[in-house]
Amino acid sequence: MKLNKYFERSLWVFHLNTGSCNGCDIEIVAGLTPRYDLERFGIKLVGSPKHADVLLVTGPVTGRMTDRVKRIYEQTPNPKAVIAVGTCGTSGGVFYNSYNLAGSIDKVIPVDVYVLGCPVRPEAIINGVLQAWIKLEKLRESMNAAPAK
Amino acid sequence: MSKETYSIPIGPVHPSLKEPVTFNFEIYGEHIENVNLAPGDNHRGIEFMGMQRNLIQIIYLAERICGICSASHPFAFCRAVENAAGIEIPERAQYIRVIIAELERIHSHILWAGVAAHELGFDSVLYLSWRAREEVLDLLEYLTGNRINYGIFMVGGVRRDISEEQIPRIRKTLGYYKDIYSKIEDIFLNDPTIALRTKNVGVLTKEDALNFCAVGPTARASGVKKDIRQDQPYSAYADLEVKAITPDVLTGVVNGDVYDRIIVRLLELVQSIQIIEQCLENMPAGEIIAEKKLVKLLNQLKKAKGEGIGRHEAPRGECIHYVKLNESEFPEVWKARAPTYNNLMSWVPMLLGQQIADIPIVIASIDPCIACMDRVTILNKDNGQKKVLTKKDLHELSVQKTRRITP
Repeated sequence: MKLNKYFERSLWVFHLNTGSCNGCDIEIVAGLTPRYDLERFGIKLVGSPKHADVLLVTGPVTGRMTDRVKRIYEQTPNPKAVIAVGTCGTSGGVFYNSYNLAGSIDKVIPVDVYVLGCPVRPEAIINGVLQAWIKLEKLRESMNAAPAK
Repeated sequence: MSKETYSIPIGPVHPSLKEPVTFNFEIYGEHIENVNLAPGDNHRGIEFMGMQRNLIQIIYLAERICGICSASHPFAFCRAVENAAGIEIPERAQYIRVIIAELERIHSHILWAGVAAHELGFDSVLYLSWRAREEVLDLLEYLTGNRINYGIFMVGGVRRDISEEQIPRIRKTLGYYKDIYSKIEDIFLNDPTIALRTKNVGVLTKEDALNFCAVGPTARASGVKKDIRQDQPYSAYADLEVKAITPDVLTGVVNGDVYDRIIVRLLELVQSIQIIEQCLENMPAGEIIAEKKLVKLLNQLKKAKGEGIGRHEAPRGECIHYVKLNESEFPEVWKARAPTYNNLMSWVPMLLGQQIADIPIVIASIDPCIACMDRVTILNKDNGQKKVLTKKDLHELSVQKTRRITP
């Protein structure tokens, strides 16, 4: 059964921790386990960014992670969407004034969806993934519609 | 014939659950010959940030050192500040602090049980244990207002009281865990597959545990009877009888392997339930905070001078905070030491001589804030052959081993 035009195929998600406190990370797993159960929509975590449609990025970007975040973003195939999960990934949150932080995620890679909360609730993550999914499907449609060069 | 080893770098990025960390394994055939650790990818400079903020702002920063230990760090930090400034906290607040800390231990140990099962390829147990974990998160949300990062600690007490009407709800959740405990114990201790994968795997001898200063369940599983709640009772623990749990309580022997670490954590689950029940029975009435007005409290802290140490037995082991106040708004020194820092080095004796497929469960067995792995490259230096192992492949290896050795 097709729920709507956006549920055409399963969405694979890669979770990237760039220096988060684990709060958002365990809530992402809570979102996948039976209470919230994102997997019933075909959304699952994958082990490599090369398999992923969506990057779930948590945490402020630490100095050593900055280059790695960029590399992982480049390894993710197009069309892709990036979700910044948590207040510290969105704006820095409590983590400001440090010598080892590059700041929010959007200073390093382009971000499509922001999910707020410290930590975010699993419901908010589900909503964020849905927003990214809709954006991704539109992106895919526009890519398909564009004439091949 | 010369012994040819190859190296496997693991990390720092891996897909789920945990923080970034880098490992470098020297492998001979299937066996680990040497391990190198390179932590530091998650370094945010929290202590540096804290030294530019006032003591009440730091509580919220301390809470965010780790999202899983989000009661332990503020607990230890508040005790350090109270120690330095000489603040006496009301008895009722001490009981509430212990209740929250023990609820956190329940959630953390169940979380760990699920992760450990996942590393063995037992995903159904991961899902079942995480469903059981939601129950305590609901209770924490009911008591504090948040599932994680509770924001209940304050210098001189706690911010929210536990009212009479809330107590039946706490008892209901404790009853739920008592009901399912036998099931959890049956899955983890009587399952032949889990026993095969965890017995005599990742052994940490008592001597090594002492040499490497291991703390918490990691040390206790090796037979070191070390528990701050027993050794230096604080808060409400002083009124309760808390005994360090070692695996010989159940089995009569101490092996120091992964299986023993499972036993210790499961028994601590029961212990936490008993502690909370005792707290609920003996909780005295009265104030919940020494100084209600925050401005007044801040002014009092501004005038304080001295050093303070706060210790707390976090789910993963001893957590220590040190604060030095010098009549200023900001602390002169703030130092936090989390339990995983101590336990990191005990990975080395645990991993030596193990197989590649055992890496995930051994690493997970100390309950680090670091575990999953991804983008592993196997490099044969001599012929320059490269093979990339993702976390998925490693996980697959682990699952295959489970299948292979299961009769």
